[in-house]
Amino acid sequence: MTLPVRISRSPLLWPLAALLALLLFNLVVNPGFFTVRIQDGHLFGSLVDVLKNGSPTLLIALGMTLVIASRGVDLSVGAVVAISAAIACTSIASADDPSSPGAAIVAMTSAIGVGLLLGAWNGLLVSVFGIQPIIATLVLMTAGRGIAMLITDGQIITVNNETYSWLGGGHVLGLPAQVVVTGLILLLVAVLTRRTALGMLVEAVGINPAAARLAGVRSRSITWTVYVFAAFAASVAGLMISAQVNAADANRAGLFIELDAILAVVIGGTSLAGGRYSLTGTVIGALVLQTLTTTVYSVGIPSQYSTLFKAVVIIVVFLLQAPRLRAALRRRRRPAPPPPASGGLPSGPVPVGTDLGPTPTAVGAPAVPTGREPSGSTVVGAGNDPAEGALR
Amino acid sequence: MFKKTMVAAMAAAVALGTAACGSGDGDDSGSGGGGGGGDTITMGFAQVGAESGWRTANTADIQRAAEDAGIELQFSDAQQKQENQISAIRSFIQQKVDVIAFSPVVETGWDAVLLEAKRANIPVILTDRSVDTEDESLYVTFLGSDFIEEGRKAGEWAVENWGPLGQVNIAELQGTTGAAPALDRQEGFADAIADTPNLKIVASQTGDFTRSGGREVMEAMLNSNPEINAVYAHNDDMGLGAIEAIEAAGKVPGKDIQIITVDAVKDGMQALADGKINFIVECNPLLGDQLMELAKKVVAGEEVESRVVTEETTFTQEQAKEALPDRQY
Repeated sequence: MTLPVRISRSPLLWPLAALLALLLFNLVVNPGFFTVRIQDGHLFGSLVDVLKNGSPTLLIALGMTLVIASRGVDLSVGAVVAISAAIACTSIASADDPSSPGAAIVAMTSAIGVGLLLGAWNGLLVSVFGIQPIIATLVLMTAGRGIAMLITDGQIITVNNETYSWLGGGHVLGLPAQVVVTGLILLLVAVLTRRTALGMLVEAVGINPAAARLAGVRSRSITWTVYVFAAFAASVAGLMISAQVNAADANRAGLFIELDAILAVVIGGTSLAGGRYSLTGTVIGALVLQTLTTTVYSVGIPSQYSTLFKAVVIIVVFLLQAPRLRAALRRRRRPAPPPPASGGLPSGPVPVGTDLGPTPTAVGAPAVPTGREPSGSTVVGAGNDPAEGALR
Repeated sequence: MFKKTMVAAMAAAVALGTAACGSGDGDDSGSGGGGGGGDTITMGFAQVGAESGWRTANTADIQRAAEDAGIELQFSDAQQKQENQISAIRSFIQQKVDVIAFSPVVETGWDAVLLEAKRANIPVILTDRSVDTEDESLYVTFLGSDFIEEGRKAGEWAVENWGPLGQVNIAELQGTTGAAPALDRQEGFADAIADTPNLKIVASQTGDFTRSGGREVMEAMLNSNPEINAVYAHNDDMGLGAIEAIEAAGKVPGKDIQIITVDAVKDGMQALADGKINFIVECNPLLGDQLMELAKKVVAGEEVESRVVTEETTFTQEQAKEALPDRQY
């Protein structure tokens, strides 16, 4: 494939174009958007704000990417954000010395610990009891905010702890601490899933869990792990969100963030039907969403129109992606080349060991791994058609 | 005891009357609810949510007052969604409570559900926020603050204290779009500063009454309008969020950028006493006792004023230091 064809077929093309268009819009309407200056030894400006405020969503979207790749979805992340914030702030407020670094560390550790437990609960329901992911995580989504309210007693808990607020307002080498933490976790996920076979195994589970299991993939523990990771990411994001304002707001912290995270994943070209995923795509998706929000604030679009403006931009992105989808479907209707024999594991076309860049086949591209074809082996989900991955 | 029995008897009588003549004639106030079987009054209360410290204080006071007054409270939290609140009110109607009270999330879109309540002969009391409707008979009374007056008080302080300062560029952090306090506080403030040409609102955006909203909006405003030197926030929480953003931008809240907020919750009062906020207009959430008293009168069929205003004051930094130790919420 020549380079231009490769670029034009890349699922990242339109999300990236949308991001650039948004930035261009800002350049024209509000040139101050690109001013980045040094303030008290750290970077300061709208672009930095986009990265900083987008960090919690991106972090959650990372976890969501893996969950979606395993053909699941995690609706409970917003509730986990609220619980994590509630536990951290309540723990700091009730410590002997609420302003000591020790109190903050204990608080953060216990919040993340509870996050892992909640993830294990989700994973248990999905992988062991076989409850559909959307239902299994809906349980915690509904109950979670109530739990957070119980922890905070319905109050907004305000804390005053330098170590804790570092996570929200501190800096490392001039960059906001949340951006650095999110970047490190992104790097870790990229290395773990793209430099080892883990990513491929997650995709195998997402494409066809039964076939993956028959091929020797421990699909149960992989499913479990992705939910634990999603909840871990959500609890860290919860710490960031509450550290930004030095308070835990059980009712509003992370409200609807699960939808933003899913949107970021889908804008990034990962199909909701499971299988192939793109971490780079998710990063771009999260940046598109946050740039959109920051644009609304800094350009001063009246509040009444801001949600409409966002909706229009997002619909345009999806519409731009849609013709590709149709084209891909047309190509699939032609007689497909006979799939390589045996096994449900995607054997050939998954390039393990490329960088975290996506493979050019995320949504509905023709080179679908074998397990996806309804020929051979017991295909569990009938919903494997890429068209079903589009948002409805 | 006698009074209670009377109430129950009247409620039962009305219930019978309603049953006898179908939908009733929909009289606009004072008729009892349909479910007055026992001798306690049941109140359905649909709260906006717990979006701020103010709101949780309001909720706590209503729950306490209901218990003190011996009124059975059906409490519903709408989590800032009008559709949740509408369905809560519908379920109150189905449960045949004696009186419905609620703080509308937004001003418009209530006619249909309020008409259902009226047809079921359940009187409705609005608390804290009003609704925008042609038909005033859809609710009995509105108990709450005068938000326009609050905005005006904030504006008057701004004119008095910022007027002599030269050019003042104000960033306005609005409440939830379409909510009565947001609209009215905006209007009152704008009216009060209209005749002072050096006070100018250069940016106005919703922070949704939350801290993180106030912080994020303020960050963006400081980047796009570096000349901002004053903030008017429609509640304390957004003001507190703005303080975080202002400090992150290397400026001093209360000095480089002066701040006026509305509400006077404890965290806000603390910031005022610390000199980070310059002036707070109080919006009193402790209206539980007044509400229960009104509810009893309404259920008993007595006439009530169609507008009851809660008592409120304002705080400067010095007054905040004095008031802070006995602040309940």
